[in-house]
Amino acid sequence: MEIPYTIETREDTGVNNAKLGIWLFLASEVMLFGALFTTYILLRIGSADDWSQLNDILNVPLATLNTVVLISSSVTMVMSWASLMMKDFKKYKLYMGLTILCSFGFLIIKYFEYSAKFEHHLYPSTNTFLAIYFTMTALHGLHVIGGIIVNTYFWGPGSKMWNTQPERFTNRIEIAGLYWHFVDLVWIFLFPVLYLL
Amino acid sequence: MSSHSPEEIKKHVKIYITVFAALMVLTFVTVAVSYLHLSIFYTVLVALVIATVKGSLVASYFMHLISEKKMIYWALLLTVVFFIFLMFVPILTSSDPIIYRN
Repeated sequence: MEIPYTIETREDTGVNNAKLGIWLFLASEVMLFGALFTTYILLRIGSADDWSQLNDILNVPLATLNTVVLISSSVTMVMSWASLMMKDFKKYKLYMGLTILCSFGFLIIKYFEYSAKFEHHLYPSTNTFLAIYFTMTALHGLHVIGGIIVNTYFWGPGSKMWNTQPERFTNRIEIAGLYWHFVDLVWIFLFPVLYLL
Repeated sequence: MSSHSPEEIKKHVKIYITVFAALMVLTFVTVAVSYLHLSIFYTVLVALVIATVKGSLVASYFMHLISEKKMIYWALLLTVVFFIFLMFVPILTSSDPIIYRN
């Protein structure tokens, strides 16, 4: 039995099922990260410490680089989808490959950030600011890892679908792109809130 | 999906590059402004305004929200309402003037 509305749009929603599904999922993710942002606000309001001093230990240049890396990966992700729309599978492979590389770059830079903290004996248990900092960036990092797994699957074994159902495969990449842009969006807010404010 | 011709996609690609350039500029503006040492109110306001502009660019153009169907807009509108609730109701608890004595 075929899964319905993978390509055709439903009359009542106006979109295919996968697109509605992913947007609803992203809505739930907004609640998840939103809850942590609210936690940050409440903890900071109630804190006796000056958080604008506490976050001086964070590496702003490295995080700025990470922001550039992640935004670039968003561009390569949308370009990989555009390549499929232009029926250029080779370009798709190139751009998706670049997206995955950028994602690994993000994680590597994050690894350097974290290990520098640990070397200086700065752990989540050190103070409340670091607790929420590690929680939010680690949860975001887990989302990056999830995206890497999905994108790698679509770059490798999953790309076989291009030969049998190209439109459905293109839609899959669009959906994966929506998730990936959301991960980028979270970081766009996380970066100034944690590092700069 | 097949309503997008290769020529249309090429136009989209131009938009993607433009948005990318704008995002890069805004990223550096974000960092630069943080060195200005404004009052806490303006620091938060400017940082969040810039982040919102960046986020809107990603959502509108990379996520194609600007040309999306109504259903998606409604789902997101509902999300925004709940998100505002999520942000502000807990903060209101800390401004509660009632003092609880143990």
